[in-house]
Amino acid sequence: MKADIVSALESITRVRGVRGAMIVSAEEGLVVAESSMEGIDGAAVAALAAGVVARLARATEAAGRTAPAFVHLRAGAGGLMAVPGRGDLLVVAVTDPEVNVGLVRLELRRVAEDVA
Amino acid sequence: MRVIEPWVAEPLQRFLAESAARVVLLTTSSGQVVAQHGFTRALDVMSASALGAAIMASTDELGRLTASGASRSLSHQGSSRGLFLAGFDLPQGRWIGLVVYDHDSSLGLVRLFFDRMVEELRALAPVDPPAREVLAADFENELNASLRSLFGR
Repeated sequence: MKADIVSALESITRVRGVRGAMIVSAEEGLVVAESSMEGIDGAAVAALAAGVVARLARATEAAGRTAPAFVHLRAGAGGLMAVPGRGDLLVVAVTDPEVNVGLVRLELRRVAEDVA
Repeated sequence: MRVIEPWVAEPLQRFLAESAARVVLLTTSSGQVVAQHGFTRALDVMSASALGAAIMASTDELGRLTASGASRSLSHQGSSRGLFLAGFDLPQGRWIGLVVYDHDSSLGLVRLFFDRMVEELRALAPVDPPAREVLAADFENELNASLRSLFGR
């Protein structure tokens, strides 16, 4: 099962510009599985990404909208993308600044539907 | 927030701000209170510190029995609040942190920023704390003095 999940995550990390991908427990902010996260503190990314997505979900709920289906955080040196999956899981990708956002989003959603 | 050791204040304040934890209690491994945030009654602090120290002692022993080593942390997720309990070593000896958080935070965030707080405490801790014998006669006086400091009365 774990091998299947890691294999699914590799479909995300194969996209040029993706530095790593992970499945995160959204409620607890803990890493469930990760792929190619060299040089990245996976535990920190999981905790902070889950926190950002949870706060955004609460903000959109307060605004009378549904929770975000895709979150893209852009920074000077890179970015973070997240797609909520089924149940309590979140699929997250850490990227370089130059990345095909549409392709990463597609892969994140596919993994979210298949695994998370 | 109330602290007995002044050098604990800044790292603890940063931890509270970053983790959004509701309640924090720092004690020695014997249950003596070093700092607290979020408690309103001295009795609650005394109970929580004694229970935290007892839980850590039990899990450490369980770790030794099962050869999994001393326990680093444990967590409990309730329906609305979570509890995180962790031991860490300083020049002053082993301390215990008890953290209560709710939906504004998560176990991952608490663990992340707790580890950072411990690193800061290690960097700020006085290197050669004076060694002293703990006498039973002093214990109650020290406990009462600590609680007066923590609750300002």
